[in-house]
Amino acid sequence: MTTSKFYNAIFAAGITLILACLMIGVKLDTSGTQLAIKGASAAQWTWIGGGIALVFLSQLFSGQIDSLFKSIPKPNITTMLPEEKKMATLKPWLIAGLIVIMVIWPFMVSRGSVDLATLTLIYIMLGLGLNIVVGLAGLLDLGFVAFYAVGAYTYALLSEYFGLSFWVCLPISAGAAALFGFVLGFPVLRLRGDYLAIVTLGFGEIIRILLNNWTNVTGGPSGISGIAKPTLFGLEFTRKAKGGEDAMTFHEYFNLDYSSSYKVIFLYLIAVLLVIFVIYLINRLMRMPIGRAWEALREDEIACRSLGLNKTAIKLSAFTIGASTAGFAGAFFSARQGFISPESFIFIESAIILAIVVLGGMGSQVGIILAAIIMTILPELAREFSEYRMLLFGLLMVLMMRWRPEGLIPMKRPQLELKQ
Amino acid sequence: MSQLLLDVNGLTMRFGGLVAVNGVNLKVKNRQIVSVIGPNGAGKTTVFNCLSGFYIPTEGSVMLKNEQIAGLKDFHISRKGLVRTFQHVRLFQKMTVIENMLVAQHRHLNTNLISGLFKTPNYRRLERDAMNHAMHWLEEVDLLEFANREAGNLSYGQQRRLEIARCMVTQPELLMLDEPAAGLNPNETKELDELIIKLRDEHEISVLLIEHDMSLVMGISDHIYVIAQGTPLADGSPEEIKNNPDVIKAYLGEE
Ligand SMILES: Nc1ncnc2c1ncn2[C@@H]1O[C@H](COP(=O)(O)OP(=O)(O)OP(=O)(O)O)[C@@H](O)[C@H]1O
Ligand SMILES: [Mg+2]
Repeated sequence: MTTSKFYNAIFAAGITLILACLMIGVKLDTSGTQLAIKGASAAQWTWIGGGIALVFLSQLFSGQIDSLFKSIPKPNITTMLPEEKKMATLKPWLIAGLIVIMVIWPFMVSRGSVDLATLTLIYIMLGLGLNIVVGLAGLLDLGFVAFYAVGAYTYALLSEYFGLSFWVCLPISAGAAALFGFVLGFPVLRLRGDYLAIVTLGFGEIIRILLNNWTNVTGGPSGISGIAKPTLFGLEFTRKAKGGEDAMTFHEYFNLDYSSSYKVIFLYLIAVLLVIFVIYLINRLMRMPIGRAWEALREDEIACRSLGLNKTAIKLSAFTIGASTAGFAGAFFSARQGFISPESFIFIESAIILAIVVLGGMGSQVGIILAAIIMTILPELAREFSEYRMLLFGLLMVLMMRWRPEGLIPMKRPQLELKQ
Repeated sequence: MSQLLLDVNGLTMRFGGLVAVNGVNLKVKNRQIVSVIGPNGAGKTTVFNCLSGFYIPTEGSVMLKNEQIAGLKDFHISRKGLVRTFQHVRLFQKMTVIENMLVAQHRHLNTNLISGLFKTPNYRRLERDAMNHAMHWLEEVDLLEFANREAGNLSYGQQRRLEIARCMVTQPELLMLDEPAAGLNPNETKELDELIIKLRDEHEISVLLIEHDMSLVMGISDHIYVIAQGTPLADGSPEEIKNNPDVIKAYLGEE
């Protein structure tokens, strides 16, 4: 073991100590009208000590740990799946089976699970949208949540002020978000890499702050509540119909007893529908010239230009289509919640969506779906650690990057059939 | 009407105080192989960058088929039929060989989104044509069997050939190759030699070539331009250039 490694480990442990002391070690607390500084409890200090020791040791033995990681077998998806030809015939059946399971499943589990599944589906949509921008076109967008917010507020406002229904607003919200993507994209897409990341980050914050301060339209920090839920061909899922004279509720129409779980399941089913729609759409796009151009731009911008591809138009299309997906998800989100406020659209959301894309394996749709499931279900399972969620999140990322830097399921290149 | 495909006059490119290219003239006729040679750092690649629109030349005119193209955007120029390769291979590494070829046909394929989403008959036809065209060119450069392989996994010589094929599917009239033989073994160089001649004779395009491999240059060029330190030094047939004392001096680096 070299001394440089030892110093490195000491350094890392020192940094951990400083950070832990500042973030966990001391807390501001209100005592009466004054702020008091409170130290951490003895148990917390033990945890901090343990953490520091862990960092020290992992740095000291990083070589050995790396080789350990290497020895963990990586399940190779391609070898696990049946061969190419069989797969092609099996695929439609697999997809059909999956859809049937997804439709039947909510009737057999608790309301909470269905609700969580709906949330997961929203993140899948968001992940797929951001994947176009980051994974395919290679544009690092840290303000993706802004388009999500635009979609959500578009529906909330249109529904509140003009009484438009969810189904009408869904395309409008996607369009509004796309418009924002387009308008932002124009000046911003000249920038590259880090600069683009910073500007999009700023844009995300601007939208949030705008929503926070434009009180007479958006309701400011208190948000918009009582947003209308989606209806099934005009049938409402409330206990009593709200929408005027001839409005009817779902349970009245079908002569059922009222149950709030109908609404939850209905929302879930809408989410399933929307996700299938988005997956189909993006799948088509990826196999179209535009999808190939996105990837080509990520691979080599200069080569693209030399082949007559207009890079601005291509980047803009990726940005716009990605944004519209977020707008789509946003409209559904506000319909599901019935209440939105700027709090729902903070930077952490962008970070989570980005984490889903990176974790899933840039560009791969199946990977992203898997990652979205992991990222929404894990925090629920680890409820008691909620305070340290971000810490766990970071740890997960570090481990993933060590074990599978290319993501859970790296993108597989489509094999095109060559007929002579 | 002149039958000049490319007519460059007084091309100058300055980077701050540095004059990288100084008053270069080039003429390329239809179905001609024209070479640009010169010592390292002479400004050959900079000339290519000016012609292909990557740099906007400080001075000078660039006429392609009697149309001024100096100052146009790079992608507009390549759409007019002037396409180039790079000194360092620039492929879409993570995409397959055939995808590389399809991307190059983007603008021929670029129908609207809706027709693609619904796979209209017109869209299918265009896609099929592009595929056939791509396969035709892969066959020409002997890469058909690797069509579904990632471009980054090809050998260096194969990558070079793919780069040329990728240019050719855009249906150019003038192909500019920046040191295509660099890093190739003698065998591959010979194949390249044959390919370039075939491009001229069978596919009836012109080739503007930067190359350090003198036997290749002398063997295939119809006309040669020599640049040294950004300034035109001589031009003429291979025979004339071989015997030009100025050129010999520049290459031997005499004071
Ligand atoms: N973007 C730029 N900014 C500043 N100087 C540049 C730039 N591009 C090229 N140069 C300078 O212009 C000169 C000519 O470079 P160029 O690459 O055109 O030479 P070359 O003839 O292609 O050489 P080689 O045979 O080594 O490829 C060099 O001195 C180089 O440093
Ligand atoms: Mg050069």
